[in-house]
Amino acid sequence: MEHLRMNGAYWGLTALDLLGKIDALDSNEVIEWIMKCQHESGGFAGNIGHDPHMLYTLSAVQVLALFDKLNVLDADKVANYVSGLQNDDGSFTGDEWGEVDTRFSYLAICCLSILHRLDKINVEKAVNYIVSCKNVDGGFGCTPGGESHAGQIFCCVGALAVTGSLHHVDKDLLGWWLCERQVKSGGLNGRPEKLPDVCYSWWVLSSLIMIDRVHWINKDKLVKFILNCQDTENGGISDRPEDAVDVFHTYFGVAGLSLLEYPGVKAIDPAYALPVDVVNRIFFQK
Amino acid sequence: MHGRPRKALKPEDLAASAAKAEKLRILQSQFLFNHHQKIYTKEALELSGKLLEINPECYTAWNYRKLAVQHSLIEANSDPDSVKSFLDQELQLVENALRQNFKSYGAWHHRKWVLNKGHSSIEKELRLLDKLQNVDPRNFHAWNYRRFVAALLNRSDEDELNYTQDFIDKNISNYSAWHNRSVLLSSLMKKNVQGFSQKDEVLTREYELVREAVFTDEDDQSGWFYHRWLLDQTVKAESPLLDSSWPAHGSDITLSGDRCLDLGSSSPLNNYQFDSGLLPLILYFNQAVEGVNSSTVTFSSGFNMNKDAIWKPLSSNNFKTAQVWVAQLKLPKVELDSLQAYTIEVTVGHSQGIISSSGHYCRPSEFAFTVRVQHLKTKQAEGSGLEKISWGDENFHIYEFDSLESNLVIPLNHPSIQNEHESADSSWQAKIIDEEVNNFRELLDCKIGKLTLARLLTARDALMSLDKSVHSDEVLRLLSELMKLDPPHSRFYKDEHSLVLLKKVTSSRESLLSYCFRYRNLASSTSVNPICLRLNGLSLSRVGSFEKLLWVQMLDLSQNELRSIEGLEAMQLLSHLNLSKNKLGSFTALEPLRHLKSMKVLDLSYNEIGTHTIDSTRYLCSSPLSHSVGGEWDDSEIVTDGVSLANYWEAFLILKGLKLTQLDIAGNAIADEKFTAFLAKVLPALKWLDDVQLN
Repeated sequence: MEHLRMNGAYWGLTALDLLGKIDALDSNEVIEWIMKCQHESGGFAGNIGHDPHMLYTLSAVQVLALFDKLNVLDADKVANYVSGLQNDDGSFTGDEWGEVDTRFSYLAICCLSILHRLDKINVEKAVNYIVSCKNVDGGFGCTPGGESHAGQIFCCVGALAVTGSLHHVDKDLLGWWLCERQVKSGGLNGRPEKLPDVCYSWWVLSSLIMIDRVHWINKDKLVKFILNCQDTENGGISDRPEDAVDVFHTYFGVAGLSLLEYPGVKAIDPAYALPVDVVNRIFFQK
Repeated sequence: MHGRPRKALKPEDLAASAAKAEKLRILQSQFLFNHHQKIYTKEALELSGKLLEINPECYTAWNYRKLAVQHSLIEANSDPDSVKSFLDQELQLVENALRQNFKSYGAWHHRKWVLNKGHSSIEKELRLLDKLQNVDPRNFHAWNYRRFVAALLNRSDEDELNYTQDFIDKNISNYSAWHNRSVLLSSLMKKNVQGFSQKDEVLTREYELVREAVFTDEDDQSGWFYHRWLLDQTVKAESPLLDSSWPAHGSDITLSGDRCLDLGSSSPLNNYQFDSGLLPLILYFNQAVEGVNSSTVTFSSGFNMNKDAIWKPLSSNNFKTAQVWVAQLKLPKVELDSLQAYTIEVTVGHSQGIISSSGHYCRPSEFAFTVRVQHLKTKQAEGSGLEKISWGDENFHIYEFDSLESNLVIPLNHPSIQNEHESADSSWQAKIIDEEVNNFRELLDCKIGKLTLARLLTARDALMSLDKSVHSDEVLRLLSELMKLDPPHSRFYKDEHSLVLLKKVTSSRESLLSYCFRYRNLASSTSVNPICLRLNGLSLSRVGSFEKLLWVQMLDLSQNELRSIEGLEAMQLLSHLNLSKNKLGSFTALEPLRHLKSMKVLDLSYNEIGTHTIDSTRYLCSSPLSHSVGGEWDDSEIVTDGVSLANYWEAFLILKGLKLTQLDIAGNAIADEKFTAFLAKVLPALKWLDDVQLN
């Protein structure tokens, strides 16, 4: 999993920050490593020696935002990399090799917004492309015609939220689809008739919050499900009770608990996927 | 890590896993060396292939393979055989990688990339997909790839629909197949392909199919959303329509320059405060439209009126599309004679330009109303405007309109809009829905049965031309049963229940009038206060039916369970609003207030503002977070010297543009001394803040 270490850094550090423990790591060391992953193009790789990709560029920017160190970046250079990946139809590719997916629309929009560089892309076209991926169930897919999936819905709703375009979402229709992701155990699945998984505590919950329909699920049952996935001996959270833990699910579990207003966990922003205080620092402090 | 059991590994397993990791690490570093040195020898390629077969997620290795392909295509000097064999090798590698991880984005994309080179057989792809999709019929990568291949092959939508049908026949619980069906069917209907051009026939067929899925296993969700889509398709208006307006058709509006009036015969329901010399005109459409302007909406009147009204959409974020549009008509005060009634005629959509996502506004409509102006006779006594409005029950008396007034009370008498071709073709829709209603009455022992029936009956009511809600009691009962039957989603049903209840309340003039009240001291005097619509204590968790409430100037929604007031922006005449004792969680939930420029008296006391760490309306409110406010935020610091605006940005954004004279905020976690001091600064016109009179 070395190739996605940058995502790992984001998951681990955000979870730590939500738990008030980000000081456990030496920020200088992390930042030094992050900057070694940057390419001449401005994009970041998942690890030293790998190729740049939008997936890791956003994670790098998010981690720097966590440490309040966005100033180490040449923001224009990063923004040029990201905006260079927009296609004529408004969609984005993940890197120079042409894979198109609404995940990349979210990554690009979120990244540019954090850098205050959203004006570098054609936002209207970007929004229209996302809307063209909307399905009759109210959800969104990877590309036009693609099936709705909670992770994809988070990306599309998040991108629409950041661009002030949530009026394109049918909130009641999507809200019904999303709230029916809660299964009997209290956990959430990502598509109809699938198993629950802690990571959907993030994808589904954040989407429900952005469209103001989170009260349509039972929060207490979900809290219990997440806590049941905790490895009480060694720490960490897994996808389902009794499975092996990993940093990915630990982050999503902690972030889910944050969205559920669980005591002792800092609030996380549902669109930028960063602690609320970090987001407020970026947008409201001058 | 999905679905891997949590258990301590045995020493031998640990050793094996460490050895595997070490092997992978060596492989990866060798590969990265080749990549950086641009080495594309056979050995180097084999090594990267090995790496990808073990770990298809190593995206850099897929990039390397693409570079190698490009390199070799140049080397091959366009010898078609060697190009093809090179690309076939790539396709084989993808197949092997997919066997390791069927969900590898990188592998699927590599396959598309190779096929797009145009040297490979595409026919083979269908066979591969058959194989893969039979192993995992829900794999969305495979379905996406299927659409890609079908497009390359120019396969018809009908062929793909048959392919999808096979999956549904094999297993009715395949949401992916139902989804694909909805995509194909939408396309076929849109293109009017033979066999899909008669909407009623297509829908009847589809209802039958999906009913089988829902009835086979009532807990299986695969057909639920498809059924709801069919219902939307059945009742959805093909093109936008005007639902209502203010002033309503046939209404008689009295414009008053001041509160103290000799009213004569005028009804308080139709009296509008006219201080500004502007008369708002509200158009409420059945869906969001754009293109409302002075050429698509025209006026004629008996006096010299500025006919180039500026129409504004009531949408957050300054979008050009909205369901509700408002214009401020400037009436020349001096020219208007108080003895005379002036008729204003409005035509909507006679020239093209109003358009929604579903089509053009193609049923031009017109409406007319009269206005008369009441010039003030006596100046109001100094200081009397400072009296605090008190919302207590004792201050309200049920409004008894006398029969003389009844013909004036047009705004309540809907529908007011004359659509020229009033739903002549709605009969096939009614037939289909009646049929479905009968079917779903057989499925009332489960939640999807009850919910679907509730939806069908609501849709049936909406089809009726006079907007009757004959089924509302049954729907309310069904929703109450659902709350008990499915507790985790009880608040979903509760919200729906509230909307249906309001539909019922507003469905007739008699019903609505029983919620209309006069405010105390002003009832006896010669002055006129607007009628107060009191929808308090109804256990509402959501508000709606705004198209019936455009005339309301004073509204009491206190003692409900409101978390949001979404849609309230349509009530452009609102000047007094009581939201006390609800569940409003933050100022961002009050976004609609930003559009209500007449608002003077606002009661927000005893809500939950400041209680929550997570704000679920954070992104439904225009703010710098969503790049939807501009200058007003940038020059804001001056206003609030001493107070950190970052803490109160929500309150600032919502309240700043309002000219409130009275605000109640007590009983919210946010309302400490610092905050009230901040409010006093942001709202300079404020006379009353909670129970304190300000100077």
